[in-house]
Amino acid sequence: MWKWLHPYAKPETTYHLTGRLIPWFSYLSIILLTIGLVWALLFSPADYQQGDSFRIFYIHVPSATLSMGIYVGMAIAALCSIVWQLKLADASAAAMAPIGAVFTFISLVTGAAWGKPMWGTWWIWDARLTSQLILLFLFLGVIALHNAFEDKVMAGKAAGILTLVGVINIPIIKYSVEWWNTLHQGATVSKMGKPSMTLDMLWPFIFSYMGFIFLIVVITCIRFRTEILARNGMRQWVRDLAVKGES
Amino acid sequence: MQFDSINAFFAMGGYGFYVWLSYGVSALMIALLIFMSCRSHKKTKEQIAKRYHRENKLREAAKKQAEQQTQSQAELLEEPHESTS
Repeated sequence: MWKWLHPYAKPETTYHLTGRLIPWFSYLSIILLTIGLVWALLFSPADYQQGDSFRIFYIHVPSATLSMGIYVGMAIAALCSIVWQLKLADASAAAMAPIGAVFTFISLVTGAAWGKPMWGTWWIWDARLTSQLILLFLFLGVIALHNAFEDKVMAGKAAGILTLVGVINIPIIKYSVEWWNTLHQGATVSKMGKPSMTLDMLWPFIFSYMGFIFLIVVITCIRFRTEILARNGMRQWVRDLAVKGES
Repeated sequence: MQFDSINAFFAMGGYGFYVWLSYGVSALMIALLIFMSCRSHKKTKEQIAKRYHRENKLREAAKKQAEQQTQSQAELLEEPHESTS
């Protein structure tokens, strides 16, 4: 397996592979998101308690769970980069940080816009909301550290350590609704056994969720390739590519 | 279809402002992220190309200078030979 994997540790191979994958993942993402969100806005029924404000759910939940997913992915990459000194792992961790920050921000804004009509307030310092806000600050800290050093290796190390320390926040976010009394409602989709939703709400959710996953993959690929170029600027293949000006 | 008219669709049962705020901010942020990512990719490439051209220019200038120096040195060395013979 390692023999098979080995060529993908070469920046040039990975750069071209991700370049070929981007269009396909983009099509998938656009199709899934279009189906999911049109279904969510037009065809899924309104919640019997929350009315049409429930339609915020279809972006709030994917963005919130995926922001944690991105953080875990970034932490795994940071661990690989620190333990095995994999340069590509470091590049991918740097690529993921801004995407995670954007999705965390979206989850907070959509949460506020949902909280206002449902709870009567945009913001409250409760466990779920506060820990998610800390996640946003962690992402911003990681981005800042990546940009703080001229030397990319040192920057990667500093950002990686912050990332690994911040992993403690992930279970806190996940279980905050169970550990503390909060305004935030408990899990809807991932309840053990049957999800507590009707199918005509669950399907559009699954479509938009998958769409967001592929969207994240696409943006990660774009940023990852930029990081590869920036880290290999002195290599001949990068220079040839830059001079030719092809994507 | 859950809505009877376009107006009902935009009103979202009275929650229009909150729903469209959510979808609008999300779309805007994601569009911005994609735009910035593509731009930084292009810029990174341009910078690498620029540095490559600058280094090339410097290298060629150095080569030219070195050639001129060796030429003038050769002339200096040749001159006394010519005058004596």
